[in-house]
Amino acid sequence: MRIFDPHIHMTSRTTDDYQAMYDAGVRALVEPAFWLGQPRTSVDTFVDYFDGLVGWEPFRASQFGIRHHCTMALNPKEANDPRCRGVLDVLPRYLAKDGVVAVGELGYDSMTPEEDEVFAAQLRLAIEHDLPVLVHTPHRDKAAGTRRTLDVVRESGVTPERVVVDHLNEVTVGLVADSGCWMGFSIYPDTKMDPDRMVAILKEYGTDRMLVNSAADWGKSDPLRTRQTADAMLAAGFADDDVDRVFWQNPVAFYGQSGRLDLEGTPADPAATFEGNSVLRGARP
Amino acid sequence: MSLDTVLAERLSDDGRRWLDAATDRVRSDAAAIRVLFPAVGRNVGRGAVEDAARVALLKAVPSRGPALVDEVAALYRFGDAAEKRGVLRALHLLDVGDRGLPIVQDALRTNDTRLVAAALGPYGAAQLDAAAYRQGVLKCVFVGVPLADIEGLERRADAELARMLADFATERLAAGRDVPGDVWLVLDRFPDAATGLRKTAEEA
Repeated sequence: MRIFDPHIHMTSRTTDDYQAMYDAGVRALVEPAFWLGQPRTSVDTFVDYFDGLVGWEPFRASQFGIRHHCTMALNPKEANDPRCRGVLDVLPRYLAKDGVVAVGELGYDSMTPEEDEVFAAQLRLAIEHDLPVLVHTPHRDKAAGTRRTLDVVRESGVTPERVVVDHLNEVTVGLVADSGCWMGFSIYPDTKMDPDRMVAILKEYGTDRMLVNSAADWGKSDPLRTRQTADAMLAAGFADDDVDRVFWQNPVAFYGQSGRLDLEGTPADPAATFEGNSVLRGARP
Repeated sequence: MSLDTVLAERLSDDGRRWLDAATDRVRSDAAAIRVLFPAVGRNVGRGAVEDAARVALLKAVPSRGPALVDEVAALYRFGDAAEKRGVLRALHLLDVGDRGLPIVQDALRTNDTRLVAAALGPYGAAQLDAAAYRQGVLKCVFVGVPLADIEGLERRADAELARMLADFATERLAAGRDVPGDVWLVLDRFPDAATGLRKTAEEA
């Protein structure tokens, strides 16, 4: 099984995690720029973080046979601190870099006017830099936040096929399904979604435009939730191809819109198909 | 191989078109280089051709004086390793006087062998003071950058550098470790500095 985790914060994870992820089948991932738990107080610390996302972290991932890409943005939480606003001025330099495959995480935290401004400004940057967009939906007041997010995206002129709205659940998935945007789900140990609830959503809505991630970070989270959800799909009767679509083809299709996804040399998976042909020629396990 | 030769021989048709359009843009709007410079590798290819294309972009920047220095410094500051190397390779072709020295000094503080080697290119060899140049050469030997890849050794090697390399080699021998053969490129020219080292090597 090959897995592409479309949302995971490896900066906060250990080398043991990288090894366990590789062993579970993870061969590629996207690390969105987000906050670090401890609020930052200057643009310079963001720049150092961004440098890590295109420098040290991809190098670390490569030591474990995993291809690392990232998204860049001023996140909604820190958008509220005027000391961090200057991040928007350096962002264009980083959006131009090789490993950057989307603008994100954008969206709302507390739905303040400052968050509105920063969200809109960065949607304009996504158009300028011809990049897809990763939008985070708020932990609190999620349904209202999701509706407002979809309105802002619609007004921005970014086409829905180039937007993923993340951290969805049973209440918010329908809104996003109707919008034409991609649907992102973070599978967590206790909160957000769990593997069985995810499988139920996939049964109801299908596998089209679906992205499933671990969103593992510095909090209680688990980088193997992708694999556990894939196993739960198989146990529920989904075919290998459905699992491959959700955990590989979909993230490749979404982030591939950047034109900067570099998966050359990712180890061939026994179940991998090339233009519909498996190298196993029917001897599939 | 000169940078022009690299571009003439290694650039694809698509790469050439991209680079021509990019240099035109930078000539009319210096700030455009801020988003074009990071995009060079994926548009022209990797390695020597990437470095040569970045040098061409930098030479097209129309700014002069402090504005040019600031532009170049920011490209280095916000650059990834390949972009930083591109800046280092261009410094001697840009009208920045000694104002590019902080860039070279920063590169010499890293442990990235590609940056350390590029820091001791034509610009570093011309601008670094004697102490910094010697430390740079010693670092190259220490981290495994071949001395054939750096500039100015013929002209700038001195007795003090020879002493430093001899001491380094003596320390390696004392630890039972190999001594990089490159130290002899300098020590052969300053045999007095190597007397003690030869004695240690014979005893070992």
